[in-house]
Amino acid sequence: MNQAILSEDIRKSFGEVKALQGVSLDVGRGEIFGLIGPDGAGKTTLFRIITTLMLPDAGRMTVLGLDAVSGYKTLRRKIGYMPGRFSLYQDLSVEENLHFYATVFGTTVRENYDLIADIYSHIEPFKKRLAGQLSGGMKQKLALSCALIHKPELLVLDEPTTGVDAVSRKEFWEMLKKLQQKGITILVSTPYMDEATLCDRVALIQGGRILDVDTPRRITEKFPHRIFQVRSDEMFRLITDLRDFKKAGSVFAFGQYVHFTGLDDEVECVELDNYLDKLNHTNVLVEEIAPGIEDVFIHLMKVS
Amino acid sequence: MRTMLFLLRKEFKQLFRDRFIGKAIFAIPIVQMLVLVPAITYEIRDVKMCIVDHDQSVESRKLVSQLEGSSFFRVKYTTFSEREANDLMHRDKVDLILQIPSGFGRETGRGNPVRLMVTANAINASRAQLAWGYFSGVMRDYQMNLVTAKAGTASLTMPRIDLTSRHWYNESLNYIYYMLPGVLGILVAAIGFMLAGLNMVKEKESGTIEQINVTPVRKYQFIAAKMIPYIVIGLIDLAIGISLGMLAFGMPFEGSAALLFLSSFIFMIGALGLALLISTITSSQQQYMFAGFFFLIIFMLMSGIFTPMDSMPAWAQKINLLNPVAYIMRINRMIMLKGSTFADISRDIFSLLVLSVLFTFFAIRKYRKTV
Repeated sequence: MNQAILSEDIRKSFGEVKALQGVSLDVGRGEIFGLIGPDGAGKTTLFRIITTLMLPDAGRMTVLGLDAVSGYKTLRRKIGYMPGRFSLYQDLSVEENLHFYATVFGTTVRENYDLIADIYSHIEPFKKRLAGQLSGGMKQKLALSCALIHKPELLVLDEPTTGVDAVSRKEFWEMLKKLQQKGITILVSTPYMDEATLCDRVALIQGGRILDVDTPRRITEKFPHRIFQVRSDEMFRLITDLRDFKKAGSVFAFGQYVHFTGLDDEVECVELDNYLDKLNHTNVLVEEIAPGIEDVFIHLMKVS
Repeated sequence: MRTMLFLLRKEFKQLFRDRFIGKAIFAIPIVQMLVLVPAITYEIRDVKMCIVDHDQSVESRKLVSQLEGSSFFRVKYTTFSEREANDLMHRDKVDLILQIPSGFGRETGRGNPVRLMVTANAINASRAQLAWGYFSGVMRDYQMNLVTAKAGTASLTMPRIDLTSRHWYNESLNYIYYMLPGVLGILVAAIGFMLAGLNMVKEKESGTIEQINVTPVRKYQFIAAKMIPYIVIGLIDLAIGISLGMLAFGMPFEGSAALLFLSSFIFMIGALGLALLISTITSSQQQYMFAGFFFLIIFMLMSGIFTPMDSMPAWAQKINLLNPVAYIMRINRMIMLKGSTFADISRDIFSLLVLSVLFTFFAIRKYRKTV
């Protein structure tokens, strides 16, 4: 049994809303597995089923070799879960929170200190401070420490970097890499596409369905079209003009650029350049780029 | 068992860390006892009267001075105009108007029946009723004097029945003694019902329950750890309240303290069970406040603290079978005023026990399903 998570056709509805419509995936032991998708895609619901907080309507969920429904008691000792929302006691101090979670798992902070030392050392100077008074980045580190204090085999992180500054995000991912080296399987969800490339494998999820599962590199390699990034001084007119181009496939804004995919792969840079020149665009820049995960995502959403 | 200990430690820590609640839970019984108990009273003094004396005879003055002599009435106005008297009532200056018709003295002297006219302000119905009761008492005395004065010459030809009454279990009809055991019940109910319920919803609202649910902590452990601190606090508050009542108001305590605390313990389980039940169907502290307040008000007003339960309609008495506050109200009064023993009130105690177990049972069942 070298799969940490094996999900077979999991379905879950809330009244009319079908949150999960047959999710099948497997996560190998020791992987950092990313679940990428927009808000409302079903990420949290899937996580709640994996962490035994919710029962699926149909399908089988096997976590660490145990059935998530019948084996929940044993499983809870082996899973560390960090919900998307900060869920520690705000009126307890940093130290008290950590000790509390250690004791309810029947362990002590000292016993597993080496596992969290890297992370906890950042917030240890503030250990007497109430958790509610910590900054976002520190809250996140405390939450991670508390999720790890019982030495889980599987760590489930629901959007851990949402609302956290760029530096803390980078730090956080470095911590995850270190935890992976200690043999912990990590399942993480994120709405940030750039974080996807840091995972070993990712699943793209949308509307309760898995669109694709693969390594970040293979996912982008599979992108079937050539893609151009285009820039000019008038962003809005640029988008509408490109959409009017006779060979335009997909056109969407991406930061300060517009990503353009042609109807076929016959479109060349020069062609676009000339077309935009004729329409009096200034400072035009057109270059072919390698597709990113976001391009793939938008493409897959269109196809399905 | 160790887990239980850790959970309890956490609960107490959080409770006393809250600066306001940590102090308020002990200040509340003191304030309630010292303010509520003497404030809620049915005794009325100084019923403001207006006399419209059309007679101006010796007899009419005698009647007025007899009214003034009692501690209940204060003659604030005298007038000859009925309209002016009504106007005073309208402006809330007087509570009671007594009109004495002309010829009152002459007719009573002859032994003929006379009609007096009394108008009472019934905005506050119970006050009007009590004022009327006191007034008829004074009138009865007056009449008796009149009869005996006349009969004195005729050497007692009228049969005379004297009523002597004793008020058992509250000899002096002291309303404080009546209210205090009731207020104690309300106090314990409020602590358990509001504080514990809000605490439970808070875990849900802030999402902390999610983090607890992924730990090996069992649901019953979590619930018990939520209930126990409030039971302990409720019983401590009860002890403070009783001591204060005895010290400040000389409240008698006829029965067994152990029995009172046992009943209150059972009552608290019921109150907390219900609080838990409501917390499972509400998802924010605001919602809980609203629902909890609704139940607390109904339970309190129907409990018989203000109005005797026997005078409620039959359907209301049926509803009260499900009202834990009604049971504890009765039990408290019986133990404290009457010195009832377990055998005397076992019916109430067992009913309360059944109710408490039922509430808690349903609450835990619902809690398991929803959270």
